[in-house]
Amino acid sequence: MRDKRMTADEAVAGIKDGMTVGIGGWGSRRKPMALVKAILRTDLKDLTIVTYGGPDVGLLCAAGKVRKLVYGFVSLDTIPYDPWFKRVREAGGIDVLELDEGMFQTGLRAAAHRLPFLPIRAGLGSDVLKYAPELRTVRSPYDDGEELVAMPALKLDVALVHLNRADRHGNAQYLGPDPYFDDLFCLAADRRYVSCEQIVETFDGPPQTLLLNRMMVDGVVEAPGGAGFTSCVPDYPRDEKLQREYAEAAGDLEKWPGFYERLLA
Amino acid sequence: MSDITRAEICVTACADLFAGAGETLASPMGLIPSLGAKLARLTTEPDLLLSDGEAFLLTPESTVEGWLPYRKVFDVVAHGRRHVVMGANQVDRFGNQNISAIGDHARPTRQLLGFRGAPGNTVNHRTSYWVPRHSPRVLVETVDVVSGVGYDHAVGPFHDIHRVVTNLAVLDFNTPDHSMRLVSTHPGVSVDEVQKQTSFPLAAADVTETRLPTDEELKLLRTVLDPDSKRDREVPS
Repeated sequence: MRDKRMTADEAVAGIKDGMTVGIGGWGSRRKPMALVKAILRTDLKDLTIVTYGGPDVGLLCAAGKVRKLVYGFVSLDTIPYDPWFKRVREAGGIDVLELDEGMFQTGLRAAAHRLPFLPIRAGLGSDVLKYAPELRTVRSPYDDGEELVAMPALKLDVALVHLNRADRHGNAQYLGPDPYFDDLFCLAADRRYVSCEQIVETFDGPPQTLLLNRMMVDGVVEAPGGAGFTSCVPDYPRDEKLQREYAEAAGDLEKWPGFYERLLA
Repeated sequence: MSDITRAEICVTACADLFAGAGETLASPMGLIPSLGAKLARLTTEPDLLLSDGEAFLLTPESTVEGWLPYRKVFDVVAHGRRHVVMGANQVDRFGNQNISAIGDHARPTRQLLGFRGAPGNTVNHRTSYWVPRHSPRVLVETVDVVSGVGYDHAVGPFHDIHRVVTNLAVLDFNTPDHSMRLVSTHPGVSVDEVQKQTSFPLAAADVTETRLPTDEELKLLRTVLDPDSKRDREVPS
């Protein structure tokens, strides 16, 4: 079986300007921050980022990596709004596709299933469709004739996710309460990279926690603390102090360069 | 019991949102709606299902009775056995809600959270709103961005905007054109004051006074659910 171990820098080396990158986790929970930081160290630009957004969004926006953002929300959980995301949005600095959370999942699922779209009721009547006129509706071909949103596949060039444990072959395990949508991100992407707290020979715990199998993964990065400052329970909770420092620095352009340098150091 | 606070009245008004809900997932956002849902389960609605806000369904004794990660929450949304109580940066005359952005969506004057689950919630199952500071800036004639779908945009078979509970009043959409109606004002609040704090004219034909909590409800609230009175900091009397 293949040994897929690599460094974070090697994992992001195949990403090219203009690519679409999906980032797993949810809000400020189990974000692949070590892989995001590896992107920050590159000259990459014009990325389309697809994410249930947390500080990954703010950091990538701060570094000028984002041309377009596809999201259902951006929040730091214990801090409702990400200051960098606010700043770039209020300056009109990025293109956006803002979706309902369920539409987002449905788009990933369509991509995972190699379908052009999947129907969903969410979005109808709301301004999601107004601000994304490229989204179409479809009428049920059955007797009900109901009109539904035809959520297009959210195809990803690259997926980046962080789990608690993985083996060198790309099987990976979550140990917290929620898998989020990391398996869907991997199935929706051409190239899939998982960072983890620890690479193990064999897995402990119930097999249902093995969220990713090696068909779904191209590279494995051992990155202890690699979700920080977001949470990666049960290995560690969110580092609220560091998150507060992030939010304060992000809200103050004089403080930002110093903080950013320390974060990447 | 005496000295009933405004926050306590808001909590029981939120509890009453779930009347008759039975085995339904209550998804309250924020402290006051959460206390309301818990209070309803301990009193009139023992069959309600409540999550810990992460991935578990908990009994009133905080024992795990179910697993509900986000992917399964989305299944419940689509399946429909859910009553969500969302916040609102803006809510308008026909019950449209905005949590996305203030101003022009292409370049907002104030970026908010994003659509979150509001579009899906409002076309799939019962939705109510909690507004801790009832003011003309929140209760607006027309929202800047339609996140939650109101009655003038209603589509599909499952749209159901139930009520809006604020720090001043309880409102619903039980009028011929589904425009907002003042159901009751909280004790000490006048109809005029609610109207003054609202940017559009409210239907206000048969306004009553919001009920007081019972002695049992007050005891549960003060000794079991919120002994540190966090509620009074969210809604000052």
